[in-house]
Amino acid sequence: MTAARAEDAPPVAVANRPAIYDRVGAGGLREALRRMHLIRRFEETAEDFYVRGKSYGTMHLSIGQEATAVGVCAALGDSDYVTSTHRGHGHCIAKGAEVGRMFAEFLGRETGYCRGRGGSMHIADPAKGNLGANGIVGGGIPIAVGAALSAKRLRTGAVVASFFGDGANNEGAFHESLNIASLWKLPVLFVCENNQYGMSVAFARSTAVASVADRAAAYSMPGVTVDGNDFAAVAAAAFEAADRARRGGGPTLVECKTYRTRGHSRSDRNRYRTKDEIEAWKARDPIERFERELSALGVATAADAASLREAVEREIADGVAFAEASPAPSTAELMRDVHTPAAAAPR
Amino acid sequence: MSRMNMVQALNSALDVKLAGDPDVLVFGEDVGFFGGVFRVTEGLQQRHGEGRVFDAPIAEAGQVAVAIGMGAYGLRPVVECQFADYIYPAFDQIVSEAARLRYRSGGEFNAPITIRAPYGGGIFGGQTHSQSPEGLFSHVCGLKTVIPSNPYDAKGLLISAIEDDDPVLFFEPKRLYAGPFDGHHERPAVSWDGHSKGDVPTGRYAIPLGEAAIAREGGDLTILAYGTMVHVALAAAEETGIDAEVIDLRTIVPLDIAAIEASVRKTGRCLVVHEATRTGGFGAELSALVQERCFHWLEAPILRVTGWDTPYPREFEWEYFPGPQRVGAAIRRVMAE
Ligand SMILES: Cc1ncc(C[n+]2csc(CCOP(=O)(O)OP(=O)(O)O)c2C)c(N)n1
Ligand SMILES: [Mg+2]
Repeated sequence: MTAARAEDAPPVAVANRPAIYDRVGAGGLREALRRMHLIRRFEETAEDFYVRGKSYGTMHLSIGQEATAVGVCAALGDSDYVTSTHRGHGHCIAKGAEVGRMFAEFLGRETGYCRGRGGSMHIADPAKGNLGANGIVGGGIPIAVGAALSAKRLRTGAVVASFFGDGANNEGAFHESLNIASLWKLPVLFVCENNQYGMSVAFARSTAVASVADRAAAYSMPGVTVDGNDFAAVAAAAFEAADRARRGGGPTLVECKTYRTRGHSRSDRNRYRTKDEIEAWKARDPIERFERELSALGVATAADAASLREAVEREIADGVAFAEASPAPSTAELMRDVHTPAAAAPR
Repeated sequence: MSRMNMVQALNSALDVKLAGDPDVLVFGEDVGFFGGVFRVTEGLQQRHGEGRVFDAPIAEAGQVAVAIGMGAYGLRPVVECQFADYIYPAFDQIVSEAARLRYRSGGEFNAPITIRAPYGGGIFGGQTHSQSPEGLFSHVCGLKTVIPSNPYDAKGLLISAIEDDDPVLFFEPKRLYAGPFDGHHERPAVSWDGHSKGDVPTGRYAIPLGEAAIAREGGDLTILAYGTMVHVALAAAEETGIDAEVIDLRTIVPLDIAAIEASVRKTGRCLVVHEATRTGGFGAELSALVQERCFHWLEAPILRVTGWDTPYPREFEWEYFPGPQRVGAAIRRVMAE
């Protein structure tokens, strides 16, 4: 989102305007809103693929968590990296993935991000610094630390944001990663999307600390907890952490409290939580809230928002058409990408 | 006797052991309150209490490690690893600790633990929800590896696994949970209703580890299989019209080598089938053993039908899965020699 930000003059000041909005800029804010809508509509459309039998297997929707993905990525440029999770569509789109290629991956087409061989949990996008969604809980966290060490050693100035869930914070990989990143002062943003559940298990029943951010103290790094449904709060924390990382100040643990309003995966009947709880969180929808705020601040009027939503609809429709017109992968290439071809092998 | 699918049979095994042995505990991700993502532990927490059946944090290494310690000091834990694909964080604890505890304490300590893990493909799970890692564990001395192919065996084998004093990896072919699957994905799914192995005693019974079963008697060639592949081999035998003997290994470690030898000496031909990747898979071990012990009886080279040496590609589910056509073609090749 750097490009969109740069071309804008700072918008007029309004009372209660979050300070971080000046840094993001009016264009950046509108782009953030657009990406949040794009994520929502991508996932609703993907859900529909399954209902209509166009895609199969499982997938995990991040509906209700869009402000976290977009808020963090607002602080990142294309040369910064992210690692993502099994619930990764939002991270991918927030980091600039094309929805057409993502749909193609869902439909198992050659133009998909994993050449149609992976599906929902296997979307990586090196051009945008996305090191990949991951079917293994906690799998991306240590990889982010390694990418950050590369960035430090190669002096690229890049930072790495690693997304993971509240459930993942109990994997050994998480703890090893935080220690290494802190010890070596690496430019990592450890971003916990605390959506209150790891599958059926409520956070308090899986985790010994009251907040994931409390873990930061054990690794001598700053830890903050923010409202993950509030774009401004997430972006402010992400910019601060990214600034520190770029200065050589090391990693930060950012916990974003949020909620997935859909089930864990497609087969979830939500028996471990109440309807009231789900409805209460739906009333705090991050997109509606952000849209209302931008409208009140005059950054995006109702008309702006409407035309932005229309553009998102077109992008979704074009993406679906692209995916559906794309060729299926060929079985002749079954062995492709298992190993690096000899000619391209490292020195 | 009661009609059970594989999920119900496994649930019944756990229920019987929880009721009969106060040292048995069941835990893992989503197994307590929720009853497991495949419903294998449904109702067990309500019946046996939160102290005996409980949810664990998402920390596979920790879960297995805790089980080892529990086992060493008198308990008999059963850990559910939600998918076999998530077992790798626990690999070190399984290989370096569970498998060797007995050996390195001169037989003073042991790890009577059972690790249950749904495994295998045929469900469009993609590369992190379809793997068959049994060969990684059969290679480790000190572990036992069990893979049932039907509800009756699943219950009897799980009871034996829990009662066994060594660490047991218990891989459950998830494609068989609801019904036998012979690889004909284009046909409607069938249930365990009406299948003879869906009749399961409600009480305790045990099937000893290390005893294969003859799933189909035949004289022309021996097919060695386990898990889902038993059903594929049976279908391929019918469809080729070749009088194959299908041996369901049921446990790969310990292996019923006597049953294998007797069959191959009778038929003179052998085909090995598994879903796991080919190179270094358990099929290589089987092939070597048969060659060592039955060389003079063999009339044809031993062939293997396996998954490809790639991650499980979701879009090529049925190219990867060794279905009845690939197995049938291999049967014909072995017979043509
Ligand atoms: C190593 C590993 N263990 C278990 C799983 C199964 N699993 C997938 S998602 C999930 C819950 C993860 O919870 P959390 O980290 O809070 O992420 P959320 O699903 O809430 O986004 C589990 C247990 C897995 N994919 N990988
Ligand atoms: Mg969670």
